[in-house]
Amino acid sequence: MALLELRNVSKIYHLGGEEIRALDGVSLDIGGGEFVSIIGPSGSGKSTLMHILGCLDTPSHGTVTLDGTEVQRATPRELAHMRNRKIGFVFQFFNLLPKLNVVQNVELPMIYAGVSGRERRKRAEHALELVEMSHRLKNRPSQLSGGQQQRVAIARALVNDPKIVFADEPTGNLDTHTGEIILALFRKLSQEGRTIIIVTHNPEIAAVTPRRIEIRNGKIAEKVDERLAGLDRLAAKAGSLAPAA
Amino acid sequence: MSLWNAIVVGLKEIWAHKFRSMLTMLGIILGVSSLVAMNALVQGMENGARESLVAVGGLSKVRVEAQPVPVEQRHMRDLAVGVTMNDVYALQHSAPEATLISPEMRLDGFNPTLSAKGKTYRTWMTAGVWPVQLDMMEHKIAHGRMFTQMDDEMARNVVVIGTGIRDELFGKPEETGEPVIPVGETLTINGYPFTIIGMFEHYESEQERKTRELREKEKAAQLAAGTTNQATGPQRSRGWGGSGGRRGGNFAFWIKNNTVYMPLNTMWMKMKSGQSNAPAVPTLSSIEIRVADPNRIGEALTQVRNVLMVTHRGIEDFSFRTQEDWADQINTFISSARTSGGLIAGISLLVGGIGIMNIMLASISERIREIGIRKAVGAGDVEVFIQIIIESTVIAIIGGAVGLATSFGLIQLIASVTPTDNAPVVTFGSMAMAFGASVTIGVFAGLIPAFRAARMNVIQALRYD
Repeated sequence: MALLELRNVSKIYHLGGEEIRALDGVSLDIGGGEFVSIIGPSGSGKSTLMHILGCLDTPSHGTVTLDGTEVQRATPRELAHMRNRKIGFVFQFFNLLPKLNVVQNVELPMIYAGVSGRERRKRAEHALELVEMSHRLKNRPSQLSGGQQQRVAIARALVNDPKIVFADEPTGNLDTHTGEIILALFRKLSQEGRTIIIVTHNPEIAAVTPRRIEIRNGKIAEKVDERLAGLDRLAAKAGSLAPAA
Repeated sequence: MSLWNAIVVGLKEIWAHKFRSMLTMLGIILGVSSLVAMNALVQGMENGARESLVAVGGLSKVRVEAQPVPVEQRHMRDLAVGVTMNDVYALQHSAPEATLISPEMRLDGFNPTLSAKGKTYRTWMTAGVWPVQLDMMEHKIAHGRMFTQMDDEMARNVVVIGTGIRDELFGKPEETGEPVIPVGETLTINGYPFTIIGMFEHYESEQERKTRELREKEKAAQLAAGTTNQATGPQRSRGWGGSGGRRGGNFAFWIKNNTVYMPLNTMWMKMKSGQSNAPAVPTLSSIEIRVADPNRIGEALTQVRNVLMVTHRGIEDFSFRTQEDWADQINTFISSARTSGGLIAGISLLVGGIGIMNIMLASISERIREIGIRKAVGAGDVEVFIQIIIESTVIAIIGGAVGLATSFGLIQLIASVTPTDNAPVVTFGSMAMAFGASVTIGVFAGLIPAFRAARMNVIQALRYD
């Protein structure tokens, strides 16, 4: 069984009597250890898909199974538990808490997991070592550059050893060079065997991942239109970033 | 998320907004300190009132007095004997609920005139009593002795006086600068010479004692410094209010200090029986009775009444006077003072609570994104709820603790602005109650903001700018 299974998932919003199908009958399997990008223009429903995959939201119809648990039946408390233990999030705007320093930010998910203080500290420092941020433990997020903040956010996403890491436009707020470093970091994590799902509208980033899922009008496009997405050009150009496959 | 973590997060949040948190706490601080101060003032008043009640013998004391014959028994009024020594003997034999029985005989008509050393003074608290009256009225002999049963039987011309009489006839020790103990001196009452054989101690309330000690200390300091601040010119009397301290609850102490006791037999044989309007048998002004148990005062009074109905041949020409009315008055006054003061303090606590709620609402709308992040990394609704509740509770607890500390200052302030007879008394109970109320208010003020924060949608909160 795949790590993530979506069967005929729909998400319907009601806006002033009008029915909006943000997702329309999506079925999808993502296995453990996969490095996937979800690509599509804004308004295509890719954010909604990520919210449902990431247990931030529940589908209107259909079933979502994450690591054997049916998400659509889970209570808010169980959803919070799954977000805490099985999922790590990396956001476009980093979303670090400004009042906490780097270590405290990384410790945050473990506080809700009930990890003891000493263990928390140890694991937070280890996670920060993975993203090469061990030298800035006591700094506030506002004292860090964008790339450094994003690396702290990745450390936070990894600290509870989740099954899946979601990244929502992780490079959207960074310059090209820093973005490449962050992507390289994701690739390294993928090679270490983690399941990583990147949501982006940027084909250059999607080009890095071996599997690409394109969303159009709330549905999965049958076949990724490489020419439309500009991927054919990029695949050749960005050889250094593309996976070894 | 452990409770300790939540408290630390709450404290950090408060520290991050020091000024705002302080203003928020101010409401609770004022509420708690006014609650404690109000309680202390009322407690002081209650203590003063109870002190006076104890000074006159407390609740277990009952006075039997003569009263006019009731209307339905008017035709038998010639048979009415009044309160006499026969009643005392009968009660001694037949009323075990009355543990102490003390007859009191006063002069009729004008207040007797006391004179000594060329000064005169009139007081109606001149009575012929048994030695047992000493216990009955909670008197203590400071100098000399109380007269004995022997003195009573021999009808000796001896008296025991209070310090008020001493002050009027022999001079105040405060003015002469040395103790005045007129034991052994002679005093005339309506012209009859008496030897003073004893003097009571000076009775005063707590407050009076404190002011007197303060005055003495000042005087000693002045003497030590060599500067005397003595009044010049003729002595002036400050009238009724100033001289005896006849205000409010201090009246009970004033009366005790202005007492003159002589043996009952002396009063009867030397001063009353020879008068032209004297009754045939020794008629008493009143009988003081102490009952065994103030909680069973009803039963005791019934017993006393049954005995007296025999000696009075069924004519009800006597009545009882208890201190119950006084005690009831004290209770009513104290409870109404408590209620009104508590209401005001409660309102200010409530206002403080509203302040907390207001600031917590502002705080969560400022931190929508933070709440979204916390939820995204695994905080459940319950954890968010608890975090907000703890923050508001921590504000209330700190405010309550500071309020308790401030209350002492507030009490000093109130006491200096409005001088009362009774020093305020801070009780542990009132402090615990005020603190408990502030914590409760903190929890309740946090409920609505915490509920809102917990119900926030993760996705919308994360997108919020």
